[in-house]
Amino acid sequence: MLTIAGTSFRSRLFLGTGKFPSAGIMKKAIEASGTQMVTVALRRVDLGNPEDDIMRVLDRKQYTFLPNTSGARNAEEAIRLARLARAASGSCWLKLEVTPDPRTLLPDPIETLAATEVLVKEGFIVLPYMNADPILALRLQDAGAAAVMPLGSPIGTNQGILTRFQIEIIIEQACVPVVVDAGIGAPSHAALAMEMGADAVLVNTAISIAGDPVAMAGAFAKAVEAGRTAYRAGMGRVSATAKASSPESGRLSDDLGFLA
Amino acid sequence: MLIIPNFQTLQKNLASCSAANVERAFAAKRCSLNDLSALLSPAADPFLPQLAGLSKKITLHRFGRTTQMYGPIYLSNYCTNRCAYCGFSADNRIHRRCLTLEEAETEADILHQRGFNHILLVSGEARKTLDVEYLEALAGRLRGRFASISIEVQPLSCPEYKRLFAAGITAVAVYQETYDRPLYNRVHLSGKKCDYDYRLNTPTRAGEAGMREIGIGALLGLGDWRAEGMALGHHLAWLRKKFWRTAFTVSFPRLRPAAGEFEPLVHVTERDLSHLIFALRIFDPDVGLLLSTREEARYRDGMLGLGPTRYSAGSCTAPGGYANPEQQGEQFSVGDHRTLAEVCEKIRAHGLDPVYKDWDPIFQVVT
Repeated sequence: MLTIAGTSFRSRLFLGTGKFPSAGIMKKAIEASGTQMVTVALRRVDLGNPEDDIMRVLDRKQYTFLPNTSGARNAEEAIRLARLARAASGSCWLKLEVTPDPRTLLPDPIETLAATEVLVKEGFIVLPYMNADPILALRLQDAGAAAVMPLGSPIGTNQGILTRFQIEIIIEQACVPVVVDAGIGAPSHAALAMEMGADAVLVNTAISIAGDPVAMAGAFAKAVEAGRTAYRAGMGRVSATAKASSPESGRLSDDLGFLA
Repeated sequence: MLIIPNFQTLQKNLASCSAANVERAFAAKRCSLNDLSALLSPAADPFLPQLAGLSKKITLHRFGRTTQMYGPIYLSNYCTNRCAYCGFSADNRIHRRCLTLEEAETEADILHQRGFNHILLVSGEARKTLDVEYLEALAGRLRGRFASISIEVQPLSCPEYKRLFAAGITAVAVYQETYDRPLYNRVHLSGKKCDYDYRLNTPTRAGEAGMREIGIGALLGLGDWRAEGMALGHHLAWLRKKFWRTAFTVSFPRLRPAAGEFEPLVHVTERDLSHLIFALRIFDPDVGLLLSTREEARYRDGMLGLGPTRYSAGSCTAPGGYANPEQQGEQFSVGDHRTLAEVCEKIRAHGLDPVYKDWDPIFQVVT
């Protein structure tokens, strides 16, 4: 079971709520995915309004809501959005996104760290979206982030886990959960992230723009579960670095001829 | 929180490993604690050449063809602890001495003239004769002359480590001796060292104080070496997660003849020691591995390049022993009596470069 900031999640698939053809399809896709955590863009919803088109179709008792600061260009804007979100929703959860470049939407590491430091002190449960930089992951962890969310590839590109080697280092080193976010374009990408040992993945575009978003949500649920099971079963045993041949009973190689 | 599994659990896991587990561990991309268990298990014994081969390859890849040299300076053999295995044990009737700052400086000068740039200050535990003020003052005298100063003294508090770090001491070594708690309690008869947990958490306090390097180790000859290896793996992995800015080293001191006529409780052969070193290297490619002059020349020469990355040389384990070679009161008798120059000659003959300086006091802001 995945635990973030004391809350447990059976499902390791988190969903974004953007780009769906309708609120109704979004609702069905979320149900088909089995997710327990959905992220919503603060700029997109009116958290305090129960009649908001997104909010009204989602049962807040069933899902942990993770408001995100998508659109914020610097720490100051992100912090302001976060405070407003908490005031409106009463929830401390926050997916911190600081993306100054509207073209690539790549996260700004300096502003993200600065905002994390402030928001953690204010009691937020901060899950920062970040580039797959292992040292940044540790710095964010040290600043009190509840999880880190490195990108697989730029958001919305569906290119998969292009940052694989960096994410592997993050997974090896981090003490907080690692949620691979952004760029996951196919269930196989999600499965790969889970096989690598990621604690969860966050998917949006690949589901919302699929021909059949509901079916695709189900496919992702299976892929995440399969990847996690494979990881636990002992993946990653294939390597070119060494092969043990059959034991040479008692005979020492030239290297060990010195042993008494 | 740091929890070292008890030895029964570790031994049960070790006993359950098969040759297939060992082969899997060899092929693993990253060596997990389960893989380490396989590599240390009796099932891995026939694989010693393969362990050596992989350890050698990893060591070469990570450290290149180098071996770093360090020299210990024994400052004091006063000790308030009674430890069954140690020459400095309070019970032993040996010549006791604590060097004055001037005498310690003279010893350091001798090592400096011999070519040592990395020194390790060692002492027994007796705060009345050797305390933090002493170490602080000594570091102040020595820091301009050496690339780095490490300590292997009694466990200190976090604020004390902070003071010493500010004074120019950058590394702390503290060995658990045995991670087997009941056994630990049996061999530590009296004194502050009886507190297993205080000692176990000493590397944590040093890490919290910002030390750049922390050394851990187990004294071989007390408990089951395979389980000690697993405990070291657990400790190291935990420390790495908690202190990602810190570098780590591991030592594998085998019990040597010492005052008190203590007989090792278990016999750890050269083969066992090598097995342990290779497995730890495979488990953690980045960790510095020390092989001191406790081991004899033939063995140390043979192990060059196979896993260990740091060698001491020409060591004397009695306080004042460099200025006065007839000095009595050693902690243990060394196994390799060669000079630094002689050891370095062998290192070069193995195609390795003896590295005298691999740090600089300029990193340290001395207040």
